[in-house]
Amino acid sequence: MTAPRTLYDKIWDDHVVHQAEDGTCLLYIDRHLVHEVTSPQAFEGLRMTGRKVRAPEKTIAVPDHNVPTTLDRANAATMTEDSRIQVAALDKNAKDFGINYYPVSDVRQCIVHIVGPEQGWTLPGMTVVCGDSHTATHGAFGALAHGIGTSEVEHVLATQTLIQRKGKNMKVEITGSLRPGVTAKDITLSVIGATGTAGGTGYVIEYCGQAIRELSMEGRMTVCNMAIEGGARAGLIAPDEKTFAYCMGRPHAPKGAKWEAALAYWKTLYTDEGAHFDKVVTIRGEDIAPVVTWGTSPEDVLPITGTVPAPESFTGGKVDAAKRSLDYMGLQPGQKLTDIAIDTVFIGSCTNGRIEDLRAAAAILKGKKIKVKRAMVVPGSGLVRAQAEEEGLAQIFLDAGFEWRLAGCSMCLAMNPDQLAPGERCAATSNRNFEGRQGRGGRTHLMSPAMAAAAAITGHLTDVRELMGETV
Amino acid sequence: MEKFTTLTGVAAPMPLVNIDTDMIIPKQFLKTIQRSGLGKNLFDEMRYTQAGEEIAEFVLNQPAYRHAQILVAGDNFGCGSSREHAPWALLDFGIRCVISTSFADIFFNNCFKNGILPVVLPQEAVDHLMDDARKGANARITVDLESQTVTASDGKTFKFEVDAFKKHCLMNGLDDIGLTLEKASAIDSYEAKNATLRPWA
Repeated sequence: MTAPRTLYDKIWDDHVVHQAEDGTCLLYIDRHLVHEVTSPQAFEGLRMTGRKVRAPEKTIAVPDHNVPTTLDRANAATMTEDSRIQVAALDKNAKDFGINYYPVSDVRQCIVHIVGPEQGWTLPGMTVVCGDSHTATHGAFGALAHGIGTSEVEHVLATQTLIQRKGKNMKVEITGSLRPGVTAKDITLSVIGATGTAGGTGYVIEYCGQAIRELSMEGRMTVCNMAIEGGARAGLIAPDEKTFAYCMGRPHAPKGAKWEAALAYWKTLYTDEGAHFDKVVTIRGEDIAPVVTWGTSPEDVLPITGTVPAPESFTGGKVDAAKRSLDYMGLQPGQKLTDIAIDTVFIGSCTNGRIEDLRAAAAILKGKKIKVKRAMVVPGSGLVRAQAEEEGLAQIFLDAGFEWRLAGCSMCLAMNPDQLAPGERCAATSNRNFEGRQGRGGRTHLMSPAMAAAAAITGHLTDVRELMGETV
Repeated sequence: MEKFTTLTGVAAPMPLVNIDTDMIIPKQFLKTIQRSGLGKNLFDEMRYTQAGEEIAEFVLNQPAYRHAQILVAGDNFGCGSSREHAPWALLDFGIRCVISTSFADIFFNNCFKNGILPVVLPQEAVDHLMDDARKGANARITVDLESQTVTASDGKTFKFEVDAFKKHCLMNGLDDIGLTLEKASAIDSYEAKNATLRPWA
């Protein structure tokens, strides 16, 4: 009998093409997602060496980082020259190398991590890579998915494999159920708050437990998306009936007999009883509160009921880092988090730009008006945007005073015109609060869509449970 | 890729923890379609004012460190995005080695693809080398990949671990796509087998 294996072990074993004596493996890649920022040098490398894309049918490209999200974006003048060149390079590379492509003009254009699940490219048990650290998102399907650099993008294009050494196994269990007002974003931020941004370095995380099982696929994607902020290249969740139901009928999901065969295989994708984890973290779902970040690292997480910490409350290098963060963020130790005034609200990104996120925000905003200077919703995909319009969510956002944008990465990393001004303070549903992330000098507080919506209507960081009539 | 064998040089001290890839090379410089030319924007927002003037206190703007080839950095260096522009910018500036107690996985891996050696050492060793780094050209550090050692200015030597395959590629400046293509038949047979086992993939 074989030793009990984790979900990660099983997916890994099924993708080893070659193993060297020193343990270095050549791992087969089932899906390669490509965007315009981290791929031009890789395609150029192929041209210079006369190499081809080995499996164009498994390679899917979409421009997302640079593209404007304003309604007039078909007008080339909405993009800077360098952005235009980068998007044009992807247009040309997709055509020249014959890979699957969703151009800006296609209604399916979206953030690269939305297209995989939405179109059924991402399926359980697959290996998925992309030149983007948030590739961890696809782990929600029980796929082994992680970010790679541009040299590795070129390697995958040329060989459909990656040279890898196996990581260690880490289990993050969220027991029990979440309380009202608490979401997948609060889970993933709370885990990072507990383990630190290097807590998962060298590991692949498997998220499990009742609270994870109770999440929708959208929620699971939010959790896995931020595995990287916890230091883990990949986070994954065992597929179940929700996963299968989500995949069924998607354009690139298998059909008929192939579907049945796939389903039988997918049902073997779970961690065996007694399998070994190198590290285990357990958090009670009931203990998780709506959280926000106060600093410039995603580990700077606190429940919204808390106060800004004093740098001296930390140890080691974190003392100086916290001083620097508070200075950058313009905050004082002891300040109540709910007293922090917000200028701007950004709802979107590969972390929280899916339909469920827009529903959660709209539920808080319905019939209310924003009290912040500006607020925008940037749907993760053209299809999410269309669905939200059909469900009446777009009108709720517009009535509240939000801008209703086209799909893209937008203000998550501010490579397009959506940027914060120096000192501008933003409640954001994205994934990184690094210095300058949303624009030089911009101040980012990360939170869930419901919490961002709450901040939008009060003008300051707010405990969403108070607006929901929940007792804290 | 340029080989890395041994290097003796000035190390710049950057004790801040969690230096992320947005700090190393901010997003506005990711719009290039080339690998070169990013050195002038390395640590851009820490190094220049919004008006583009040098911030004198920033370590790489100080005369002693303008030609630093080594960084000694705080924990978890290179966390954040997968942008290979981060090692490209370091390399273009002239940095060939970064020493820290820990690195983020993707950045760590990206360094090896670009002839940069990331060295992981225990806290005491990093503290010792940080002291050397603070002395600039008066305390040069030697990094030797063959023997896997870092030697401080006082002759104290610290041994480090490195993956054997990565070491081999770095010491010989090897293109790993070329190495993988030598295994094309293994990839062919995997694909053939997979077509039966997992035809939907």
